[in-house]
Amino acid sequence: METLLIILLLLMIAGAIYALEAKDLLSAVVSFGIVGFGLVICFLLLQAPDLAIVQVVVEVLVLVIMIAVIINTTREEIKEKIPRSTYIYYILGFIFVVGFIYLFAVSIQGLSEFGKHSTRMATEYIKNGAVKTGSMNLVSGVVLDFRGYDTLGEITILFTAVVGILTILRLKGRKHE
Amino acid sequence: MTLFILCITLFCIGLYGVLVKRNLIKIIIGLALVEYSINLFLILIGYIKGGKAPIVEKAAEGGIFVDPLPQAMVLTTIVIGVATTGLLLAIAVRLYKKYGTFDIQKIKELKG
Repeated sequence: METLLIILLLLMIAGAIYALEAKDLLSAVVSFGIVGFGLVICFLLLQAPDLAIVQVVVEVLVLVIMIAVIINTTREEIKEKIPRSTYIYYILGFIFVVGFIYLFAVSIQGLSEFGKHSTRMATEYIKNGAVKTGSMNLVSGVVLDFRGYDTLGEITILFTAVVGILTILRLKGRKHE
Repeated sequence: MTLFILCITLFCIGLYGVLVKRNLIKIIIGLALVEYSINLFLILIGYIKGGKAPIVEKAAEGGIFVDPLPQAMVLTTIVIGVATTGLLLAIAVRLYKKYGTFDIQKIKELKG
């Protein structure tokens, strides 16, 4: 199963690279869909069916919104050559990424190997969760009961974002003479 | 360990998109890639070999479950991620209507 996950992740990386380098914005968005739906299959393989369902809905929604944006604006990528002065950003970014990977490799030494995780706080949830919350699905039990305030905050963020989108799209642009 | 490194490679590709690209849509795609890789990383940490999905069945055979806590937290993150992506796309549409381009360099030059 680990081999399958590695193949899927390589496919997702290929899709991500093409999404960022494509000359046409529509094909960039479509290959971004490869990453999202690959993630869905990864969640199914990793025994997280709730997440897979949510991710399918979210991915379809994001793709539809992105394609609507591109159809209403333009699908051409910027063609002009990059001026020489921005090469410094490439070098800085490369240094940052190398440093980041090094820090990551150091910090994952303390983690347990893949598949050998031991539940600490979740032991209590697994043992008594179904009795305490009355929910057969432990994930929804944690989301809606043990971590209810987090869900309240999430709904607040969702509401704020929707209000923001409506405000931005309805606002009439200031007229200049 | 290979899976963790591949996951962070996906993160770095998204970071490259945010840092280097000049097109607003590409930058938004890069941010979404970063978010997806972090979600996958958290779920990979919580996986237990041979574990089942954390749903208690009537005829339980006493098998082990994968960790439900990261799954619950990532569920929250996915919903927040789609909210932020939608907001960013709305801002991008407004900028295009005002300036007629997705190029952030040109948007920076055309002040006022």
